[in-house]
Amino acid sequence: MSVIVYIPREATALSLGAHAVARAVTEEVSRRQESVQIVRTGSRGLFWLEPLIEVQTSEGRMAYGPVQAADVPGLFAAGFLGAGQHRLRLGLAESIPYLKNQERLTCGRLGVIDPLSLDDYRAHGGYHGLKAALPMEPAAIVRAVTDSGLRGRGGAEFPTGIKWKTVHDAPGTQKYIVCNADEGDSGTFSDRLLMEGDPFCLIEGMTIAGLAVGATRGYIYLRCEYPHAHDTMTQAIATAYAQGYLGTDLLGSGRAFGLELRLGAGAYICGEETSLLESLEGRRGQIRFKPPLPALKGLFGCPTVVNNVISFASVPIILQRGAQYYRDYGMGRSRGTLPIQLAGNIARGGLVERAFGVTLRELLYDYGGGTRSGRPIRAVQVGGPLGAYWPQSKFDTPLDYEAFAQAGGMLGHGGIVVFDDTVDMAAQARYAMEFCAIESCGKCTPCRIGSTRGVEIIDRLIAGDRAAMQQALLRDLCDTMFNGSLCALGGLTPYPVLSALDYFSEDFSKPAVLQAAMR
Amino acid sequence: MSERKRVTIPIRVEPGTDLPAAERSAVLEAVKTNRGLEGSLLPILHAIQDRIGWIPPRMVPLIAHELNLSRAEVHGVLTFYHYFRQHQPGRHVIYLCRAEACQAVGATNLEAHAKRALGTEFHGTSGDGRYTLEPVYCLGNCASGPSLMIDRELHGRVTPERFDELITATGS
Repeated sequence: MSVIVYIPREATALSLGAHAVARAVTEEVSRRQESVQIVRTGSRGLFWLEPLIEVQTSEGRMAYGPVQAADVPGLFAAGFLGAGQHRLRLGLAESIPYLKNQERLTCGRLGVIDPLSLDDYRAHGGYHGLKAALPMEPAAIVRAVTDSGLRGRGGAEFPTGIKWKTVHDAPGTQKYIVCNADEGDSGTFSDRLLMEGDPFCLIEGMTIAGLAVGATRGYIYLRCEYPHAHDTMTQAIATAYAQGYLGTDLLGSGRAFGLELRLGAGAYICGEETSLLESLEGRRGQIRFKPPLPALKGLFGCPTVVNNVISFASVPIILQRGAQYYRDYGMGRSRGTLPIQLAGNIARGGLVERAFGVTLRELLYDYGGGTRSGRPIRAVQVGGPLGAYWPQSKFDTPLDYEAFAQAGGMLGHGGIVVFDDTVDMAAQARYAMEFCAIESCGKCTPCRIGSTRGVEIIDRLIAGDRAAMQQALLRDLCDTMFNGSLCALGGLTPYPVLSALDYFSEDFSKPAVLQAAMR
Repeated sequence: MSERKRVTIPIRVEPGTDLPAAERSAVLEAVKTNRGLEGSLLPILHAIQDRIGWIPPRMVPLIAHELNLSRAEVHGVLTFYHYFRQHQPGRHVIYLCRAEACQAVGATNLEAHAKRALGTEFHGTSGDGRYTLEPVYCLGNCASGPSLMIDRELHGRVTPERFDELITATGS
């Protein structure tokens, strides 16, 4: 019987040399004439250990990492195929504390299965959700999602079930399911990990959404910066069609759902749902006025569910295990789990799926192990480029939508970017305005013009040019952007800017140092 | 009454007849493959750029004609999206991340190094025509930055030294 070796094919693992490791393993296997089956998986999301390779044993999967191609001959010499001792041996993968102490409801199959194998997906609980949903009344599916307490994981935090009910109740013969896979926030990668590691889960979730609201057609709008996710999703969709999990007769039920993958083209704003719809329709990604809501007049003017990848991917387990099972996780009005992403200057970066309620401090230190540079953490930015910069004093905030809002931040898509004490917060504030200027769709004035004026004001402020006046002007500008912008890009850019100014004001009054840093 | 001179005014019925053959066929192929899609303009622009590496603005009239759109609409879309390129790139494109998670681990230094090493600013091409340098706002490799992508190959924890190795290792 051949030994099974698991090697990731996920983008971060590849960026750290996973293909070279796979080649080295293949060479070593043929040189030693061993009988080995290599399975290419997604990543479990323990990135400081990537490339993390595993070998099947009778007790479970023994993990080794981080492995470089040059380590491979040594691994084989140490009896790696028999789980032999080696300095890179980490113990059984499932018992690595970082992973063991997680609650993986949505991301449980990541790094475990062969993402392109429908058999593997089914063997690990896949398509139980769809099978449960097929005989249900559409309204009952919507009710299950509502009862689960699931809220939009893309960052808008809107109750998914209520959105679905609006589309379900909307009149119309053509409705659409649209997946927002334009994961543009810096510090986030959970959508990508899911699409690369468990693509059928997204397909299943979208299919269930289609059944629930009466939509027969779905689109995944994927950012073009994710070529690996594109390849995996493309193949998975083709497989699902070939095996009757997509198409005109889902599993012989007579129900239909078709899915198409579309690529964005490097516009951050297309993560905003109405811009995304414009882009799907083949136009500039300029946002639309709301109302009408996309749930009533969305893609091509038809009722449309627009949800994030993780929102859809959380639906199969809700249907499989029941709304109550999912709802039992979490705190307050934030139910279930959140795939949190530890990023930036962090020693143990990666994916941590936990029930809502875990604190920032636990995530940053117990999981993350502090900074990668070994220096103290000075600031974290939670929720992407539009999230506030927080100092140490806020680290006991629990991950909960309401708690974060109350503390003047937002949880967003669950990305946490860590900075050590070398960070220049005035430069970060300036960058936030610059980013807004680069990515503004140009539809509304506060965002289009305000962002450019913002960069100029911050430049004058840190140059010490009438600082008090510049500060007053910057706050006034932020007030205009916050209240006057049409969407979250212009509306929330004040968060990183003002939080940097409020919590790290000392960085704005060191003109010589800062000017040097900005050159 | 003097005889009026007859002048022939050339009326170009079909735009794009003056395009180089390769560009013309790139447009027509992309349109043919994607015409049936709802909202087909982005897939068509992608198909063109995948094939020839950029989207010359002189293609706009032909694309507009084929899709029954105005030139303004096609121009508007082409210029809105950062990824669509209106200048011929070098033989390889380096997408260098300059977003926050990479900034936290030295992306700003790497950016300065890359510009020096290639002798170009963002959106420009190195003098030897090998590399075009483009900024990108997140490659989703945020726990393993600084990150960059050369063509479709992603690299993490890229130091300036590693950058030099990578551009030496990538073929001509």
